[in-house]
Amino acid sequence: MNHKTFFWFFMPTALAMLLFIALPLTSIVSQSLHTPHDKVLIVAETCDPFGCKTETSIDHKATQQLKDEKPLGKWVGLKIYFDRGHLAVKEVGELWDNKASLSDFFSKLKNLPFYRAMGFTLTFTFVVTPLVIVFGFVVALAINSVNQRLKGVLVFFSLLPMIVTPLVGSLILFWMIDSRGIIGTALQIIFENPELSLKASTGLTWITLIVYGVWHAAPFAFIVFYAGLQTVPKETLESAMIDGASRFQQVMHVIVPHLSPLVAFVALMQLMDNFRVFEPIIGFSAEAHATSLSWIIYNDLGGETRLLSSAATTSVLTIIGVSILLMPVLVRTWREFNPSE
Amino acid sequence: MSTDQIKKPFKLQLLIYSFVFLWFVLAVFPFFWTMWGSFKVELDFFSLADWKNALSGARTTVVYGTPFTGAGYEGAWIQEEFWRAFRNTGIVCFFTVLISLTIATLGGYALSRSGFRYSFWLLIIALVFRALPPITLVSGYLLPFYEWNVWGILPTTIIVLVAINQPFTLWMLHSFFQKIPKELDESAKVDGCTQFQAFRNVIIPIMWPGVITAGLFSFLLAYNDFAVTALLLSQDNQTMVPKIASFMGTTQTEGNVMFAVAAVVSAIIPLFILVMFFQRQLVSGLTAGAVKG
Repeated sequence: MNHKTFFWFFMPTALAMLLFIALPLTSIVSQSLHTPHDKVLIVAETCDPFGCKTETSIDHKATQQLKDEKPLGKWVGLKIYFDRGHLAVKEVGELWDNKASLSDFFSKLKNLPFYRAMGFTLTFTFVVTPLVIVFGFVVALAINSVNQRLKGVLVFFSLLPMIVTPLVGSLILFWMIDSRGIIGTALQIIFENPELSLKASTGLTWITLIVYGVWHAAPFAFIVFYAGLQTVPKETLESAMIDGASRFQQVMHVIVPHLSPLVAFVALMQLMDNFRVFEPIIGFSAEAHATSLSWIIYNDLGGETRLLSSAATTSVLTIIGVSILLMPVLVRTWREFNPSE
Repeated sequence: MSTDQIKKPFKLQLLIYSFVFLWFVLAVFPFFWTMWGSFKVELDFFSLADWKNALSGARTTVVYGTPFTGAGYEGAWIQEEFWRAFRNTGIVCFFTVLISLTIATLGGYALSRSGFRYSFWLLIIALVFRALPPITLVSGYLLPFYEWNVWGILPTTIIVLVAINQPFTLWMLHSFFQKIPKELDESAKVDGCTQFQAFRNVIIPIMWPGVITAGLFSFLLAYNDFAVTALLLSQDNQTMVPKIASFMGTTQTEGNVMFAVAAVVSAIIPLFILVMFFQRQLVSGLTAGAVKG
């Protein structure tokens, strides 16, 4: 295909991505470096027989003129990045200087919104991802060895937690773990504690969100591993059996090595997807105990006053985080396309 | 695997079957419990007195005379106008899938047939775009959309969802077209077709399995999206997911939780039907990226 034909075939999709992904990207970078203009104020002194009063009013004309001259707003450089709502350089420095111990430092760090969100986002990402892989693998092994006729039905039902809208899925579980819901009540009976509520403490909320994360993503790992299991060479398994390998050894030394490229694939996809954790926090109304980077952006944008600059700054920081996680994927893709190197 | 299945000791079989059963319950029970409960009154759904009420619907019988009631659905669909959100979701999904597939099919085909270096870099860029959380882009949309007065309406959201969909759809269709032998359209070109004619007459008739799979995933992305639709649509134009989210705020205080439950169940049903009919395509799409690598 020559360049010209390629151009015409590719132009529509390129245009869509350019206008609605690439341009907004540059736009958020520039927004994060500007703030809206301050209102231009006029101070007027009015005097009457009883004394003088100063009145402050907004000069709408001058404010508008300022806006027209510089529509991006006031240039503030990296100021927003370093303020209390984001990297909080000054506050962190003070905490570090006044720390009693390292754990004291980290516990106080959690009072700063960005680090609080970062803490949950990273914990969620790095706890859910391995759990999803292990659980998905076990489910795949188990379903692969049941009766042939059951398999189709099981695959159908296993897809549901993943296919369902994240917000809807988390709401369903949220109602069940409510202290009046079925799981909530069951837990109260098991632990003989009628006051027990999964929503009350930070630790329990985190566990709930992580359980939801595993429930939601395990089907993806299951499907990928299940497809991989169909391609395990029978000869290798049989020769392992003849050599006297136990079932466990067969799994560890034949099946796991065969699936390891798939494990890498699932891990990379999961790291990217879990890093954007957002809907469960809304669904479980968990923002008092757990926030994520995506949630901060949503919160800034959704309020009465839309804090565009603040949201843009968090967005840029999130994208930097995603890029770091993405590095292994890029390297992998590079190798796939350039096998000689 | 069937040969060693016979040899499996009974204890292992028992362990496997009970584990599979446990997973089955975990995956399915929440949905059926909520569906069952959506036909009850709140006091049964959240049964404070006796959990068996949730099964028998004791309170529901007291209020309505039967253990099942459609009151939640009536409240959500008619009183709270959930039908409007359902219709909006339908419009958004239909056009997003249609436009996504049209432009991604052309693009994915071009990428798979171009041997030049830049097609590799375009794929890498698409991969980077695919990794970006959609919500990080939203603050970039808001200012220009206010400025041009296009915020809050369905077409804007559709175009944004199409664009966000592109990287993934492009990758999927690219790897699908690569499996179609190049000789097919090459020979059509030897016979005097232009590239587009070759695409039109040779590729289009055989591309539907791949396009349907890609379409399913575009549909799911548009259907399940919350970040973009919640921030880019006005109150009147809300689709189902942001509508459900706004239910949570209002109904919790007014004691209308059952409206939200009914809305949630209504949003799940289409997905159930989708999985039922397209299970094979969904599975093949999920594994497409994995198995080749």
